Order: sequence, then C-alpha cells, then structure tokens
Amino acid sequence: MPKYLILKHYRGGPEPHHPFPTMDQWAPEDVEAHMAFLHNVADTLRASGEYVDGQALTPKRTWVRYGGPDAAPVTTDGPHPETSDLIAGWYMVDVESYERALEIAAWVSSEPGPGGGPLYEWLDVREVMSGKASSDD
Amino acid sequence: MQDEPIPRRDESALRALVPRVLASLVRRGEDFDAAEDAIQEALIEALRVWPDHPPDDPRAWLAAVATRRLIDARRSEAARSRREEVVYLEPRVGVGDATGDALGGDDENEGDDTLFVLFCCCHPDLAPTSQVALTLRAVGGLTTREIADAFYVPEATMAQRISRAKRTLGGPTAARLDRPGDLAVVLRVLYLIYTTGHASRIDLADEAIRLTRQLTLVTDEPEARGLLALMLLGHARLPARFDAEGRLVTLDRQDRTRWNAREIAEGVHVLQSALAMQTDDRPPGRHQIEAAISALHDDAATAEETDWLQILAWYDELVALTDDPVRDDPAAVLGRAVAVGHVLGPAAGLRETDRLREVLGERQKWHAVRGYLHEQGGDLAGAGAAYAEAAERATNLAERDHLVRQAARVRAGTGPAEDR
Repeated sequence: MPKYLILKHYRGGPEPHHPFPTMDQWAPEDVEAHMAFLHNVADTLRASGEYVDGQALTPKRTWVRYGGPDAAPVTTDGPHPETSDLIAGWYMVDVESYERALEIAAWVSSEPGPGGGPLYEWLDVREVMSGKASSDD
Repeated sequence: MQDEPIPRRDESALRALVPRVLASLVRRGEDFDAAEDAIQEALIEALRVWPDHPPDDPRAWLAAVATRRLIDARRSEAARSRREEVVYLEPRVGVGDATGDALGGDDENEGDDTLFVLFCCCHPDLAPTSQVALTLRAVGGLTTREIADAFYVPEATMAQRISRAKRTLGGPTAARLDRPGDLAVVLRVLYLIYTTGHASRIDLADEAIRLTRQLTLVTDEPEARGLLALMLLGHARLPARFDAEGRLVTLDRQDRTRWNAREIAEGVHVLQSALAMQTDDRPPGRHQIEAAISALHDDAATAEETDWLQILAWYDELVALTDDPVRDDPAAVLGRAVAVGHVLGPAAGLRETDRLREVLGERQKWHAVRGYLHEQGGDLAGAGAAYAEAAERATNLAERDHLVRQAARVRAGTGPAEDR
C-alpha cells in the first residue's frame, strides 16, 4: 500500500477558494467546530487503519546552510518570508490508492471555517517513496 | 510488550530493585557500563519470565541473572584473548547461589545504593537528555523501549543515547561521583523527568515522583523534600488540567473537586518538614519556595479565594535568590508579575512584564501572561492580540489550541464564564 503525505500550509499554494482571517479572529464556536472536526479526522483515520502519523509545525522558520570550513552555519528567514510557502503540518496515511489519498485530503479541506461553512483549503498531496528497490524479476 | 504484564505493584517492586542490584555489582568492582547493560538484560528477562514463574527471592534472582550476563559477555570477549579468559573465568559470585548477601547488599544499604547510582547517572559531564535517559534506565528500572516510547523517539535512538552517555562517563566513575554539589544536578534531572510529561504506558511524572521520594529517604537535604512537595502539589491538579474533550483548562478555571486531595496532603506535609529544617544560614531554596506557591494555590477552595498576598511574598523570596533575576531567572519574575497583577492591579502587573521584554519578548509564556493581565484589566483588544502572539509562539499543540481559543473568546467579547 502506498503512503502519502498530506501537507497543510500556513500560506502559499494556489489562489485560495475564498479569503479568510486567521483562526484567532473567528467566532469562538467556529474555532471549536474546526478543532473538533480535525480531531475527528485523526480518530477516524486511526480507526480505519490508514493513519501513520500527524504532526503540526510552529510557524517560525529558519533557512540554514553550511557556512564553510571553520565557519558557523549561515541562517536566514528567507528572501520573501511573507509570500513563500510555509508548511503548517501533515498527515501521513497508508492507503489503498492515490484516489483514496485525494479523498482524505478533500475531506480534510471540507473542515468548517468562519461562519461554519467549508474552508475549501488547498492541501498538498505527495507520495512517499518506498525504502526498498522493487523486485527485479 | 508482554501479553500478560506482571501486576503494577510487583512491577514497581522489580523496578526499585534495579539500582540496588546495580550498585552492589559496581561496588563489587564491576564496570558501571557493563553492569548496567547486564541489569537491563536481566530486567527484560524478569518482565518476560516472572508472570509465569515468580521467583522466591526477586533480588537474588535479578542479581544472579545479571551476573550470568556479565560472565557471558566476558566469555565472548575473552574468546579473543586467552589471557583474559584466565582472569575472568573465575566468577566472583556463583551463578546458582548468588544471594543478596553474597552481593554485599542488605536493607541498610538500600538507600545508599539508590543514591550512589543516581549520582552516577546525573554526572555533571553528561548532557541533560543523557542524564534523564540513564536515570530512567538505571535508577527507574525502565526498559530502553519504555523510555523511547515516553519520549516519542525510536528505540535505536534511545539505546544509542544511553550507550553514548555511558561512554562519556567511562573510567572509574565511582571515584568522581560523591561531590556534594552534585545533588543540585540530581534534583534538576528529576525535575526535568517530571516536566517532560505523560505519554505512553509510562507516566514520567509518576516515575519522577517515585524517584524523588526514594531520594528523600536517603538524604536530609531540604531541597530534595522541596522538590518532592513541588511535584506532588502540581501533580495533584493534573486530573483537572484537561476537560472531557482534551482541552487545556487553566488553574483559575479548573474543577477543584477533581484535584487529588491525598497528594496535596502529602505535598503539604513534606513541604512543612523541609521548611522546619531552615535556619538563618540555610533559608528555603528554590524548590521549597515554588512548592509553597503551589501549596497556596492548592489550598484555595475557589480561584477567588487564592491568597495572592502570600504568593507575592514567596515570589519576592524567589527573585531574591538571584542577583539579576531578569537575566538569571526571568520565569520567576514573570510568575511574580501575575501575583503583582492580582495584588496591585493588572496595570502594575503589566509594568512588571515590561522589564522582561528584552529577555522573554519572543516567548509564548510572556505574551500569554500579558494577555491574561490585559483581560483582567478589561483591555480585550490588547488581550486578543497578546493571546494570538502567544499562540504563534507555542510549541505544544494543546497550549496552542488553548491560546487560539482565548484569543477568539476575548475578541468576541465573551467572558470566561459564558465560554463554559
């Protein structure tokens, strides 16, 4: 069974379906509904045996590279920190098919937003390469 | 993971034997690293075998199996060297007849043994993560697997961390390990285990309390008791820290009937016994002071009845422990700011936090405290912005979600009461 990484973003990706403010500016009941929905997603995927991992990332990002011999690592926040992609977290799922991975991602994207309607958030679905070479016969 | 684990009570008795048997092996002249590995193997064997075949004398069983492992390990090593074989094939303790006595252990030495191993594991040359891992294995009697699960890292990673720690120790550790200053390191390691949290089958907070309780039995140092009291008084509130949906509930809004009264009583008792030992030369240390603050929270039947005046007085003691508290102990200054907010008003509390901007301005906790003080002072817009800033800096999911809720709540103009 293939594994897929379903990535959520703080920013970046295609043009949003509709603009929405950050969650701290939503009505409290909308915040509750959103969080409850995502808890239910994780619980449901665990129950179906498709859940591998799910993690959230803090928004602070540091780019880093080798600084050269005897030099400290070189770091930067990036050239255009306000427009570049910023990953917020992921689900890793182990599923029957690519179609099932898309289905799960679309379900996550239906998460309730401000006002209670679906957020229509873009999610990034990526297949994980398997570790072993496939059989050569 | 066995199918039928041995009962919890027997299991904790087994774990308590680990440092004692290890100490007796090391005292007998065994290398700490090899002896610790042997005990770990014996422990895993015990967890597997004891449910069906409980031993008559658990300690002698564990010592005998560990000794056999040590001899086996030497034999395979000695296969490469004839000379070593001559030296080592004469076991100092017969495998079949090893008893507690043969290992030089009796109950009088029990406390010293635990302390001895604890000091080995908390050696100042080790990194904190190594001290924690080694302490949990050699003193706590946990398996590498259990420790790895508790820290959400692969078992191989944790095994590597432990063996690297033991290589760092190297040499004749015992000679370097009885320095009096080391107790402060031991206490720090135990507190680190406590705060690391609660995951998997092993609750690290429970483990830390068990180990600290053992420590208080073998040292009169009041700070050890202070730390035990601090852990108990905080742990008592744990059942109320999350609601049925898993949401974080702050101290001021917890259902206090869910607090563990037995732990609070024990914590207060332990703290009093520590404070009773104070003299002019030896005023209460950090852990006792923090425990006293925790006890005052636990003592209030409702949040409104909290004795903030006394809490502020203890915070004054706490910040007086360091020469430059803003630099050396900003967490204490921040805690004091909350107390100031309650005693002198939110504006005064906020002024206290201003002094910390340079040191803590990028920390979640600083923004969260300011959000709280703004809210107390009725500045809901300021509170919402501060809670949102705090959420952005959170590194814990439950805390992040809590702070987002706080921001949304104050921006909607809803008080805490309506939110429930």
